Amino acid sequence: MKQDIILAGVGGQGILSIAYVIDNAALADGLTFKQAEVHGMAQRGGAVQSHLRLADGTIWSDLIPKGQADLILSVEPLEALRYMDYLRPDGTVVTSSTPFKNIPDYPDVAQVLEAVRKAPRSVVVDAEKLAKEAGTVKAQNIVLLGAAAPVLILKEASLRATIDQLFRGRGLPILEANLKAFDLGRKAALGQ
Amino acid sequence: MSRQILLGDEAVALGAVHAGLSAAYSYPGTPASEIMEYLVRLSAESRAFAAVWSVNEKVAYEEALGASFAGKRAMVSFKHVGLNVAADPFMNSAITGANGGLLAVSADDPGMHSSQNEQDSRFYVQFAQIPGFEPSDHQEAYDMAREAFDLSEKFGLPVLMRLVTRLSHSRSAVETREARPQNELKKGTGKDWILLPGNARGRFSQLLDRQAEMVRCSEESRFNRLELNAGDRSFGVIASGIAYNYFREAVAGDAAPPSFLKISTYPLPESLVRRLVAHVDKVLVLEDGYPFIERQVRGLFGVPGKTVLGRASGDVPASGELTPDIVRRALGLGPLPALPVSGLPLANRPPQLCAGCPHADTFKALNKALEGRAGASVFGDIGCYTLGALPPFNAINSCVCMGASISMARGASDAGLHPAVSVIGDSTFAHSGITPLLGAARADADMTVIILDNATTAMTGGQPTYGSGQPLLRLIEGLGVPKEHIRTIEPLPKNHETNVRIIRDEIEHRGLSVIVAVRECIQEQRKKRS
Ligand code: SF4
Repeated sequence: MKQDIILAGVGGQGILSIAYVIDNAALADGLTFKQAEVHGMAQRGGAVQSHLRLADGTIWSDLIPKGQADLILSVEPLEALRYMDYLRPDGTVVTSSTPFKNIPDYPDVAQVLEAVRKAPRSVVVDAEKLAKEAGTVKAQNIVLLGAAAPVLILKEASLRATIDQLFRGRGLPILEANLKAFDLGRKAALGQ
Repeated sequence: MSRQILLGDEAVALGAVHAGLSAAYSYPGTPASEIMEYLVRLSAESRAFAAVWSVNEKVAYEEALGASFAGKRAMVSFKHVGLNVAADPFMNSAITGANGGLLAVSADDPGMHSSQNEQDSRFYVQFAQIPGFEPSDHQEAYDMAREAFDLSEKFGLPVLMRLVTRLSHSRSAVETREARPQNELKKGTGKDWILLPGNARGRFSQLLDRQAEMVRCSEESRFNRLELNAGDRSFGVIASGIAYNYFREAVAGDAAPPSFLKISTYPLPESLVRRLVAHVDKVLVLEDGYPFIERQVRGLFGVPGKTVLGRASGDVPASGELTPDIVRRALGLGPLPALPVSGLPLANRPPQLCAGCPHADTFKALNKALEGRAGASVFGDIGCYTLGALPPFNAINSCVCMGASISMARGASDAGLHPAVSVIGDSTFAHSGITPLLGAARADADMTVIILDNATTAMTGGQPTYGSGQPLLRLIEGLGVPKEHIRTIEPLPKNHETNVRIIRDEIEHRGLSVIVAVRECIQEQRKKRS
């Protein structure tokens, strides 16, 4: 059993929080994992991607070879597209439909989404809308995590427990909003 | 024993703590900063050891050396270019030796994710002729940090560990072991620590005498691994550090992988290298960084009858970070089947200053003040404000190394360029800007220094700074800058006109002036509020 995931987004969009939840859930489930992340200069509003590998045995490389990723999980549609060459021919893309436009030449969103949908399996959720519905627009990353949950090889209970651990210190309303964001994302994905 | 999720950087830090660390020093720099970030957190909880952000890497190294002199186990960490700053005490510490265990950690950045160059710290291990480690994964990073201190005390020498960005910033679970107690105080004795030529000559020849023993120690290390494929004598692989992982990944499914030697210790484990080379006709050397091992294996004229491949031979790209895909290609394996890419043009998303960053307002004012001055040169430095080189600002003409903005402006001004402007952050100024400003003040050099005081070391995540606020202003005055030419501005859009005027006035002044732009980094402000 193994799962290779490319996490994508823009610096500041909370992809490292998604990684944190997955890492801790993997530890709880007794899996091995390696997660290569981006720090420093690239985080200042630049494209950010993290390679996240899960397995029940040895994982050698911290980086995923091209053509090997089972899943691209992106907080932003253009960034999902940027790493398509990492995806297996039968891989899945889970992405938000909400573009993050901090560049002047952002391509046409409809075209981007159309290209995303060419992946063998794609799940596109409106993370911004769902996060607002959950109670905080900041929880878009957790909406996406919820949308990916049905595909992940991790126990859902472990994911929820780690979300709990991550947000408990920030007060009950924030915790509840994030758990709700997770559920809304999950439901949206299952409906597709 | 417990399993903990750690960054590669954190694994080194925790290994050091469990080895009985008493004091750690560092100056922030990506990808090494998380070592000290983690130690600062641990030390705030336990108060068991000192964890100090130093004013620069040279100072950090000397502080650690002092702790070692006192008999305690000490660590110093920095990014690869930081080791250049610390090179003076580093090289000399190979001669003084270490008393309490001394571990230096240098995090290299192949691929230049956030650095000015790709240099390979393993050359410094060789340069100083001390033992070195290069972990391939998190567990090794933890285990090696523990063992490095034992080895340092065994040889009475500092030990250098080399990391690369990929490992520093990768997260995985690590099995930890029980902590060892700290050393008792026991100060360094004899003349070892007095590097007068008479003493240093003796110490240097002792260092040379120990080389064979170091090689033996490296050959016996459990971190190296030689596996010979008896059925195939045509081809073998030498892989060091993280490159080993990419190699094992590429051949993971093979029933009989080629012969290989994993190298994680230096000096090179010679007998292991000889055994591998003797066994095969052709050797591929995989290493992240420079062709350090490859060149040693090949020697000047090659290994007769053998072919050595790697970065120097052109079989692996000469620059950039290794990846599993590059390693597959070098092994002669084809790419894995992947999806055809969409062909849609993907706009680049370069890093940029945060919206509302104070530096942006300074650059806007500076650009305006310099309008129409064809000879103007702006010397930049290392920090968030280096991003001022990119559009929309295009505001700086150079960025070389910490502090170089001031010294280069001085040189350019001596050469006749006018206006010569330097732009440097508060933390960088404290790191390496004070001494060149002292020189410029003594000469009243015709230049303008703009110090961006945002009260933090922002680029690396907001570490403390030594050169901010009133103490900074007093320092500048103390260096001999004329008081009437020390000006402060507040970089805000509403102050634009005023700021342009002040900058213009000081540029027109034919002598030294220092303008301090004071406004806190908005990321730090936000952190304080939440
Ligand atoms: S982190 Fe601070 S200094 Fe750096 S770009 Fe952002 S606001 Fe500016």
